[in-house]
Amino acid sequence: MSGVVIPRRRLLTRAGGLVATAGALPLLAGCDAINDAPAVRKILSMGEEMNRASQRALMDRNALAREFSRADLSPVFRANGTRLPPGADYAAHAARGFADWRVAVTGLVARPLSLSMADIRAMPQRSQITRHDCVEGWSAIGEWTGPQLATILKAAGVRDAARYIVFRCADRLGDALYYESCDMIDARHPQTILAWALNGAVLPIANGAPLRLRLERQLGYKHAKYLTGIEAVASLDGIGRGKGGYWEDRVDYEWYAGI
Amino acid sequence: MTLLVLLMSGLMIFNAHPRLYWGQYGANHDPAWLVIGATEDSGFLRVGSLRVETTGVLGRWTDSAGVEKTWAFPGWATIPTRYSLADGRRWHLFFAWVLAISLTLYMLWTVFGGHLRKDLHVRRAEWSPRHIWHDIKEHARLRFPTGEAAARYNILQKLSYIGVIFVLLPLMIATGLTMSPGMNAAAPWMLDLFGGRQSARSIHFIAAWALVAFFLVHIAMVLLAGPVNEIRSMVTGWFRLPEPKDVKDMGA
Repeated sequence: MSGVVIPRRRLLTRAGGLVATAGALPLLAGCDAINDAPAVRKILSMGEEMNRASQRALMDRNALAREFSRADLSPVFRANGTRLPPGADYAAHAARGFADWRVAVTGLVARPLSLSMADIRAMPQRSQITRHDCVEGWSAIGEWTGPQLATILKAAGVRDAARYIVFRCADRLGDALYYESCDMIDARHPQTILAWALNGAVLPIANGAPLRLRLERQLGYKHAKYLTGIEAVASLDGIGRGKGGYWEDRVDYEWYAGI
Repeated sequence: MTLLVLLMSGLMIFNAHPRLYWGQYGANHDPAWLVIGATEDSGFLRVGSLRVETTGVLGRWTDSAGVEKTWAFPGWATIPTRYSLADGRRWHLFFAWVLAISLTLYMLWTVFGGHLRKDLHVRRAEWSPRHIWHDIKEHARLRFPTGEAAARYNILQKLSYIGVIFVLLPLMIATGLTMSPGMNAAAPWMLDLFGGRQSARSIHFIAAWALVAFFLVHIAMVLLAGPVNEIRSMVTGWFRLPEPKDVKDMGA
């Protein structure tokens, strides 16, 4: 008789069973139907919440994204998304060098503002050489210059009820103007700036002229370009379709794009 | 299964930018060491200066409806099968948690439950090159251990299991986290450890295929060593020792 008993792998069997059950889902029925089922999407989106909660718990709210030196700059800074906002309005602004461009600061603020590019350049400036990470996977390093968003929020007197900052943009993509949002922690982060310069020169149109957001601890689509408005809100429910951003509402990109 | 979901959704994410770089940055204008791409009528894989035509499989292929597509990895290999970076990320980042949690539990159980000490501990004699080489030769000739020896992990098995559980899988998680801009702010040392975000992305890709290679060899070995007995042993812990060849030959 050659049979012997090797101790059961109890834990493996149990843990493995659980994992296998969850993992078998996509193979059961033509994959894409499962991908589209609301219940599955709800479960999968728990991942985003776990990432947000754990990253917020792990990192200091003011933990800085790495800053590089000029030697580290990408030779060419790739532009993505809108490279030239459509419409005569924007073209006219560009032709005048954005001399009449205005950025409205509205919503839950004590003093609504309408800032010109001259106002923005007159504020205390911050320059930072950071890495831009596209959700697609590529990265580019560039030097950005502009005032901290916190300075502007302070000038406008953001009310305590404000929980998110919404960014309004001039570029129309399909059915809507681009928009994005972030929470107050990221809004007041020292590296969150409104950049009007890239690599020491005025921001090119392809990269968001005249003004774009830098949200250094999140992926590229959060960095709204062609800024026209900054709005303090208590909830994202009334913004677009409620998920807080153009791509979040349309293709279900994560609102928290820290990973 | 978790690993399969991670692999297939990972291939979808790769499809969004089918180029790999070394260093802190890397985009279309920068030199890539690996590219899967398409020309007007073909698909190709380029690794360094080596270029392989892959029309039909990588870079340019035809989907089940007969439509020609030019994404890097074909729809049958990705989650979802249609192009959706957003959905690929949802699957990937959820199952990354499943992997991280179950791997942590498994590692703790392996270390503290005695599995490591009893079954995976490499004895001094096994480290001798002669012993390892002997084992490699035996495996290459598909001559597997018999009798009592078959009930224990041999040196190649020990090294590959330790390699997967304690090296490759943790490496996947660590390089994955190094691609996260949030984690980079929380733990900048990870960027130094892997030489930058794009290097981490490259290592993540290589390690994923190393895992695929391990599983292919693992499955091949299970099949060659007698699939019924092996799979029963994995599930139940019962393992029937293979009888020595000469005994069998004698009809005993």
